Amino acid sequence: MTHNTLSTLAIIGHVALRFLPVWIALVATFAVSIPFKRRLGLYGKLFDSPIGMVGFTIVMFWVYTAIFANLVMTEDPLYQIVQLKNASIGSILPKGSHNYPYYLLGGDNLARDVFSRMVAGARLVLVIAPAATAVAYTVGITLGLPAGYYGGRRDAALTFIANLVLAFPVILLFYLLVTPAIRQLGIPMALAAVLFLIPIVFVVVLLNSRFYTQPARRNLYVGVALVVGLWMYAGAAFNADPLGLFEMDPNKLNIFVAVVFVNSPTVFRIVRGLTFDIKSRDYVAAAQTRGEGPWYIMLWEILPNARGPLIVDFCLRIGYTTILLGTLGFFGLGFSPESPDWGSTINAGSKLLSFYPAPAIVPAVSLMSLVLGLNLLADGLREESLRD
Amino acid sequence: MLKFLARRIGTMLLTALCLTFIVFVLTNLHPNLERLAKTQASARMTDAQVQTWLQQHGYAEPMLTRYGEWLGIVPGWTGKNAETGKPTGRCLNPNDPAAPAPTFCGVAQGYWGFSTVFHDPVSQILTVRLEATGWLMLWVIIVMIPTSLVVGILAGMREGTRMDRILSTLSIASTATPEYVSGVVLIALLGSTIVGLSPILHHWGLIHGGALFKGSAASALSHRTFENFTLPVVTVSLYGTGYIARMTRASMTEVMTAQYIRTARLKGVSFRSVVLKHALRNALIAPFTVIMLQIPWLLNGVVITETLFNYKGFGWTLVQAAENNDIELLLGCSVVAVVVVLLTQLISDIGYVYLNPRIRIS
Repeated sequence: MTHNTLSTLAIIGHVALRFLPVWIALVATFAVSIPFKRRLGLYGKLFDSPIGMVGFTIVMFWVYTAIFANLVMTEDPLYQIVQLKNASIGSILPKGSHNYPYYLLGGDNLARDVFSRMVAGARLVLVIAPAATAVAYTVGITLGLPAGYYGGRRDAALTFIANLVLAFPVILLFYLLVTPAIRQLGIPMALAAVLFLIPIVFVVVLLNSRFYTQPARRNLYVGVALVVGLWMYAGAAFNADPLGLFEMDPNKLNIFVAVVFVNSPTVFRIVRGLTFDIKSRDYVAAAQTRGEGPWYIMLWEILPNARGPLIVDFCLRIGYTTILLGTLGFFGLGFSPESPDWGSTINAGSKLLSFYPAPAIVPAVSLMSLVLGLNLLADGLREESLRD
Repeated sequence: MLKFLARRIGTMLLTALCLTFIVFVLTNLHPNLERLAKTQASARMTDAQVQTWLQQHGYAEPMLTRYGEWLGIVPGWTGKNAETGKPTGRCLNPNDPAAPAPTFCGVAQGYWGFSTVFHDPVSQILTVRLEATGWLMLWVIIVMIPTSLVVGILAGMREGTRMDRILSTLSIASTATPEYVSGVVLIALLGSTIVGLSPILHHWGLIHGGALFKGSAASALSHRTFENFTLPVVTVSLYGTGYIARMTRASMTEVMTAQYIRTARLKGVSFRSVVLKHALRNALIAPFTVIMLQIPWLLNGVVITETLFNYKGFGWTLVQAAENNDIELLLGCSVVAVVVVLLTQLISDIGYVYLNPRIRIS
């Protein structure tokens, strides 16, 4: 098919123009952060490391793209214009009542706009990946702290289970956990019911161990945490939020649970190892002598002192989770076929790769750049946190 | 040492047992069995027909009994075909049903079951497929390990120089590129006759024929050539290379700040000699562990790459088994995967002790 197309320079210009809200937000972030970088702790120090700053810029670029996705997208990600099937990049739309006159990065084999699908995919990935990583972290911390602190049989049992999950090849686990059969039996929901309860337990124990000497404040904080937590819990695990603010369709829940399940054991092992190391320090012994409870020591003495490596790993793990989500999409697991997530679009595009590379290359490069940004950010954070 | 080995092997067996049981339970969930029945017999079966099919093929017994049958500690099921009246059973030879059948047939007897997708014994499929993957892995290791060690040592011997910065950033970039991304980019760049570099090279008269490399490795199964095997090997190697290089760099920078390196330098030994004779040996202990632990990760990459390049090895088989709920083939695949994971862990532990005399197993 021959269509009128834009020149390469014009394509670059138009794409850059579409990202205008993102550029403005990026400039604003830097303009606000850099003057105060000395007062912003680890975040401020990031601006001293060139690698960290590059990583931060890439990550924030995608975060803002996800936030302003509706402004950046040129077309509905599911809208098809039949004449533009497999259109080359910069194709000009046939005359008609269209909002935007070009398919900037071409069309895919179902004649949808590659650029808009990439942007919509960014929103999907940037919602699921950090949230799943955060849940995996609370699970790993809640189980890893006592395992490392108490040791003994409890530790041995938990470590065995963690190693068991880690011995599974990830793809096999996904094939077993993310299937319609599993959804039919409600297993993701049951797993979610357990996994999502752990963050609530974590926050409640965290607040209780800190404020149990001041019952009035404790009751207020724990009460608020419980109300908010259980509200989100109802929405996330059972899709039954009374106010309809949090919702999770079964497909997404299945993916979410599988990704948390794969990530938690590694976090558990890291936290356990750090706890093992830190619990022999003097300040822990001092807290024990003061008569502090074990959960106070774990959550308010050990955990804050383990934050350096954990923050670095958190960044890396969001990247890894992004890769895992891509893997799920690549094998066509979980996501619906028309979903614009990067893994699914790479998979769909890879079939005609030798003839029409754009539909696969665009999401592939996007995914790579996001993960690269997160890795660079982690590297910068590691460098800066080691400095002091 | 012997006690340590015995305990590790005991844990390994227990892990393998637990894992296969989990796989068994998940593949034998009722909806999965129903799907299996419908793909094996006919897609338009009624619920009652599905039930009879499951009963006739031994899927209706309790889960634990059937897991025991697979292990070979419970007698295999026997039955009769309702229409023809011929005897059926787990232990019958599918190609020669008249031959006398043993009572037990399972892993303990060396029988790994029968694949419902490929209609061949599982052990036979796995041997063929593993050989294909073995070649891929061999070339990956040949490419990946020297590259990553050289990159790591060059970056780590002079910390903070421009060479270090460039190589470290490249390593980070390679760990940020999962196989399905690098594979797609490599095919579009080098493996297509229409886009990427090949048409340009062809235009300049540098290559004859269509593309620089082949975007499919299906033909590599019978004969591996530079043309059809390069892209899959590079795709698998890339993800691991960066990681090993970074670990090597970290280990190298640590060694380079050690006292004995400074002494050697002050004594007047050349930098080249310090790196090659003093630093290298000590810097390579940590990467050894990392390389061993990276092998299970390679397995993952192999699954993705074999699917992308249509190379019919172990990873491709695993995907086929999982997509078609081929229970016994999937169990066989998971046993192989688990053995690889646990064996590499064991080797890395033993090797670490062997290489580093400061550590002793009590």
